[in-house]
Amino acid sequence: MQINSTSRLQGSDLSCVRDDRVLFEDLCFELNSGQALLLEGENGSGKTSLLRILCGFREPDAGQVWWCGNAINDSQYYEDMAYVGHLDGIKKELTSLENLKVSLALGQAGRYSIPQALAKVQLANFDDALVQTLSAGQKRRLSLARLLITNNTLWILDEPFTSLDIQGITLIESLMAEHCKNGGMIVLTSHHDIALPSVDVQRILLS
Amino acid sequence: MSLFYAFIAIIRRDLLLTVRRRSEIANPLLFFILVITLFPLGIGAQPHLLQAIAPGIIWVSALLAAMLSLDSLFRSDFDDGSLEQILLSPYPASILVLAKIIAHWLVTGLPLLIVAPLLAVFLGMPTQSLGVLLLTLLLGTPVLSLIGAIGVALTVGLRRGGMILSLLVLPLYVPVLIFAGNAVEMAGSGLPVDAQINILISILCLSLVLAPWPTAAALKMSVT
Repeated sequence: MQINSTSRLQGSDLSCVRDDRVLFEDLCFELNSGQALLLEGENGSGKTSLLRILCGFREPDAGQVWWCGNAINDSQYYEDMAYVGHLDGIKKELTSLENLKVSLALGQAGRYSIPQALAKVQLANFDDALVQTLSAGQKRRLSLARLLITNNTLWILDEPFTSLDIQGITLIESLMAEHCKNGGMIVLTSHHDIALPSVDVQRILLS
Repeated sequence: MSLFYAFIAIIRRDLLLTVRRRSEIANPLLFFILVITLFPLGIGAQPHLLQAIAPGIIWVSALLAAMLSLDSLFRSDFDDGSLEQILLSPYPASILVLAKIIAHWLVTGLPLLIVAPLLAVFLGMPTQSLGVLLLTLLLGTPVLSLIGAIGVALTVGLRRGGMILSLLVLPLYVPVLIFAGNAVEMAGSGLPVDAQINILISILCLSLVLAPWPTAAALKMSVT
């Protein structure tokens, strides 16, 4: 994986208004390679809205997001980022392998090959299993395997630990720590306490 | 090159999904066949009347079958988040959307082409117009998928978008219906149909080039 160590994600004066309710205002942050940003706050405090703004699905009501000094509607940004949201984004009628092949075709090949990534998330024996036969936790790990097969600097994760067991959480945490160690960066929301001792984690509390 | 690879991967994925689901391919086709076979029963023993309205019957049924299948174009991708992933790809969304539309046409439009000659004979359509019927279906049904995609993309985020979808899309289908129906009718009387065919070709080219952009833009709006 070639990661540009000068990558930088900045948000300046971001605001989000939803149904006349101000979710957040004048939010500024700067994230450099090797760092993680954890968004905290109660349900409905705008964590997911902020992530969707960072994905470009939603326009901020004020302010702007910058990637390496450019606005994020630039195609370079979409080459560098990957998103795993509430929805897994995998087709249940396809096998794990077929799902990952499509994801790979939609992005650029990254650090791991598909079999390696499946082994990493402990799904090596499930490559030919239809996704609908997998458990919720296995589906989650499969959607996170997508991050490993494509070449992305920035991971945007919305509640990545949902439906994972303790072992799965530790696994994903180690993958996240490895990603940051290699110069990647992560923006995530989580209700669980995350344990990333080796990573410089910034926190934003939305209320 | 890798854009081409992504394009093919999307088509392959959608075809594979259809094979695994099956009902998606069967429903519009079954609808098409059922509607056409019901007409002779409803009209009774009037072969000349049936023969006269055969082009209209076939084209209206094809149009309704296309409408019926539209919702499946983006629905499942929208529901399981695959659509977000497609839109987040570094490749232009309009090209990837075009791949989805082509796959959709291969699944819902192409089968109509295959059974249409059989049903046309069944309605007593003169043999010299069969070729033109096939040609109009070949040129017209992709237009139905392309224009329909804009409507579906706009309504996929709504819970009950079915009615709005028909209202949005049907008026845009009318030109295709008029020119295609007219061409088949003229061919039956042995008249030249170059003008209608040329117009259908230009409608197809226009919608092939122009439809994917608004579709991609509408999808981006729908996922917010």
